[in-house]
Amino acid sequence: MPEIIDLVLLAMLALTALRVIFLKDLFAVVMLFGIYSFLSALIFINLDAVDVAFTEAAVGAGISTVLMLGTLALTGRTEKRSKHSNVVPLLVVTVTGAALIYGTLDMPPFGDPDNPIHQHVAPRYIEESPKEVGLPNMVTSVLASYRGFDTLGETVVVFAAAIGVLSLLGVARREKNGSPESGLTQHKVLHVVAKLIIPLIILFALYVQFHGDFGPGGGFQAGVIAAAAFILYALVFGLPLAFAVVAPKFLQILASIGVLLYASVGLFSMYKGGQFLDYNTLAADPLAGQHYGIIIIELGVGITVFAVMLSIFYAFGSQAERSNIQ
Amino acid sequence: MTFILDYYNYWIVIFLMMAGFYTVISANNLVKKIVGLNIFQTSVFMLYISMGKVEGGTAPIVVEGVTQYSNPLPHVLILTAIVVGVATTAVGLSLVVRIKKAYGTVEENEFDNKDDAI
Repeated sequence: MPEIIDLVLLAMLALTALRVIFLKDLFAVVMLFGIYSFLSALIFINLDAVDVAFTEAAVGAGISTVLMLGTLALTGRTEKRSKHSNVVPLLVVTVTGAALIYGTLDMPPFGDPDNPIHQHVAPRYIEESPKEVGLPNMVTSVLASYRGFDTLGETVVVFAAAIGVLSLLGVARREKNGSPESGLTQHKVLHVVAKLIIPLIILFALYVQFHGDFGPGGGFQAGVIAAAAFILYALVFGLPLAFAVVAPKFLQILASIGVLLYASVGLFSMYKGGQFLDYNTLAADPLAGQHYGIIIIELGVGITVFAVMLSIFYAFGSQAERSNIQ
Repeated sequence: MTFILDYYNYWIVIFLMMAGFYTVISANNLVKKIVGLNIFQTSVFMLYISMGKVEGGTAPIVVEGVTQYSNPLPHVLILTAIVVGVATTAVGLSLVVRIKKAYGTVEENEFDNKDDAI
């Protein structure tokens, strides 16, 4: 049965990608991309990657789509026809694809437990991580504890991306004359529904944040989901009101607080006599130490991802708003 | 049939990769190029997750009575890659916005001869 679901979903994914190539209406392209992300999330669930599916649904279908729509508002929504022919790109793609398909024939068959990828380090993590780290979710154990240094690097990359976007688009400022009517003021239904949904989204984000050690979830997903709640607020009620709730300046401080919180756990464990990000030293009992460490660094990740996603949205949103006024 | 099932995931991944690649090199509009880049990126995610799947396994969260889990390592790699991916996509999109401001267009074939004007 899972094989049939896999076959159907992957075929739908291929069709969606095919449609994206030929459409000239960019609004439709972005919407199809949202569908593409949702389908990928479903496939990830079917392939047992629940944490990944979670992230893909929140990030790919949620934030990416909103950012692309924000860009389209500034750049126009139709693609012009190009004069040069598509024969050469088609040829390049066909040759590359054929070579890669020839290469897959050497791959071990899909899903076989004897594949090389399942032989070396993976059994070690699957068998030992519940004892060494004490968490049932192995993905969180590896992400936050074994590969904690790597995750710190990724959090810094996310932070750096925010600096990049803000230096390219300028920091969103609270404008004195910004009209509070810039949201979807006519749509009373949207207002009521948004007010009902936003607290639930935030509550869910907190659940995902703190339950990520036991079930699917964690700081990355929680940060994105919490940001989605505020993005919904900004879309429905307008940016000036959203700036009054969470100021752009505050978000910049918050983004750096998250990274610093993460790094300070590492420094604290060095101070306690261990190595950088060695949580065993954080408490008398190594398992309790692991738990404290993971909760704090996941919180740091969540805070940074939330602040970065929301400030990126603010940067795009205030660009779009300014160009509408002119 | 088993031959097809053994390689179906990888073939679709390659199709998606090539669809994204084709969009990147043939599309005229920069936003569409970024969509193509994202399709390419998601296909790589799909490749990793497909390799991590174990027949008859379950999600890598400890449950009593289950002995066969799928490989958690690709999940960790891809989870963080998705978030880093959206952050870099945002940088790309903001470059597109700046290009629109400087050149007045985001269509590739209209950039010609506009460099001198700036």
